[in-house]
Amino acid sequence: MPIIAADWLTPDEWRAVALSLQVSFWATLLSLPLGIAVAYVLARHDFWGKQALNGLVHLPLILPPVVTGYLLLLTFGRRGAVGQVLEQWFGLVLAFRWTGAALAAAVMAFPLMVRAIRLAVEAVDPRLEQAARTLGASRGWVFATVTLPLILPGIVAGSILAFAKAMGEFGATITFVSNIPGETQTLPSAIYAVLQVPGGDGRAARLVLIAVAIAMAALVLSEWVGRAVARRIAGT
Amino acid sequence: MTLSVAVKHRFAGFVLDAAFEAPAGVTALFGRSGSGKTTLINAVAGLLVPDHARIVLDGDVLVDTGARRSLPVHRRRLGYVFQDARLFPHLTVRQNLLFGRWFAPPGDAVPLDRVVELLGIGPLLARRPGTLSGGERSRVAIGRALLSKPRLLLMDEPLAALDEARKAEILPYLERLRDQTEVPILYVSHAVAEVARLATTLVVLEAGRVVQAGPAAALLADLGTAPALGLREAGALMDARVAGQEPDGLTRLDTSAGALLLPRIDAPLGTALRIRIHAQDVMLSRDRPQGLSALNILPATVTDLRLGDGPGALVQLRAGDDLLIARITRRSAQVLALAPGVTVFAILKSVAVARDDIGAGTGRQPAP
Repeated sequence: MPIIAADWLTPDEWRAVALSLQVSFWATLLSLPLGIAVAYVLARHDFWGKQALNGLVHLPLILPPVVTGYLLLLTFGRRGAVGQVLEQWFGLVLAFRWTGAALAAAVMAFPLMVRAIRLAVEAVDPRLEQAARTLGASRGWVFATVTLPLILPGIVAGSILAFAKAMGEFGATITFVSNIPGETQTLPSAIYAVLQVPGGDGRAARLVLIAVAIAMAALVLSEWVGRAVARRIAGT
Repeated sequence: MTLSVAVKHRFAGFVLDAAFEAPAGVTALFGRSGSGKTTLINAVAGLLVPDHARIVLDGDVLVDTGARRSLPVHRRRLGYVFQDARLFPHLTVRQNLLFGRWFAPPGDAVPLDRVVELLGIGPLLARRPGTLSGGERSRVAIGRALLSKPRLLLMDEPLAALDEARKAEILPYLERLRDQTEVPILYVSHAVAEVARLATTLVVLEAGRVVQAGPAAALLADLGTAPALGLREAGALMDARVAGQEPDGLTRLDTSAGALLLPRIDAPLGTALRIRIHAQDVMLSRDRPQGLSALNILPATVTDLRLGDGPGALVQLRAGDDLLIARITRRSAQVLALAPGVTVFAILKSVAVARDDIGAGTGRQPAP
């Protein structure tokens, strides 16, 4: 962290900013493959239970975040069905750890990511994929050489949207992993914490400024990358 | 090379039940829209698995629904040229051309240079599909299919989306494809002019059934086929060779029936040509006419005569080794007492033959 600004925020607050970036980064990156797969399946295939999958994906968007966090705690907590397996087999504990914050952020951001990518998949002309098949490409190669490059703008947009959503995630995170400075205290939790202390308005304002700056940077970046990619694949 | 196709498929309100054999060369599937041509070609490509089908290419079973076998699309190794080109927008022309090569079996690759030269697309290589004209796109699509080293080229109305000028631009390339490469072609079209220019074998479809099939030149001269092609479009093919350029702008051609004078054709002496002569442009006379403005008068013998339901009649003539068709009125046929065996003179105005009706001869030329 820059030395000159060291006393501008407390070390715990700096850690909250860094942790938010870390949590959002991993949440976005690790959910991306699943996001692409689910978006592709929803856009291209009709199967029994498609509406159920669609509903499941969108559930975090509609449920109160506290409910999502509580369900995560029930499932991935140390006594939850999945949580126990993860701890026994992989030594992986999610509850009250930053990894749990990343999971909560990923789940909350997932519907936004899937929606953006699904729109991109739906915009790809299946006749191009047919053409690639007649040229000898198997389904896997068609996806890698035709579909994936063509949906890249959607993937970029979906990722940045998911990253921004993860940066702002509060309800599910605080329910699932609590608000432990240095471990699970993200930027929104930190803002919430200082607001609980009388006279914390000034410190909250500084954190809010940082949140706004990160959000703006993400938007500008998405716009710029999106345009560059779109130019590349527009075929001109 | 032999492609043998037998397909039965039921759509809502339409049954396709067609079988045909395609030997080497260009086999044209001809029919109006809705006659089932595209369904057939898609069944060959594997983009559609029909209710019942057995399609065999040189002993290799592509699909046999009876034996529950269907080779996946990408293993069939058939180049498909779509009507709408379908170039990959995110790749350059060069990358588009080489796309199929990544997946082609190892061995002699088709040389890029030769295909680029054949189709005249050298200046386009670094460009992207979005900046190409319709004609350029078609040529790149043909090159892309060729470079995937196909065992058979499938073409689904590759010219239908183009205007007349662009069609005229592409047709000579398709003729070169037919004459200079070894790849057989299955060509779907509803344009008689294209079929007459390109086809060596013709399969005529009507409402999902094959009504005529056989060598193109013989079928185009067959009076039974003419109604299926459309009477206005009926016309037979003549083989000709450029014999000389006249000072007044005409070109002299040698045919088996005698000399033919046509408006100037820019081709070297000896070039083999294939000329479609529309039935409605041929006049008949029992005696050699005198003082007539038409320059081409060929002696011929009536070989077949078919009176229509209306006022028209079709007459098939043998002129040298070639067959011609004339479309005249029933009244004229009676007045001239036309019947098989009668000798007549076929009269053809030089200017009646359109440039589009003159194509390269099918005599195979050595590869460059």
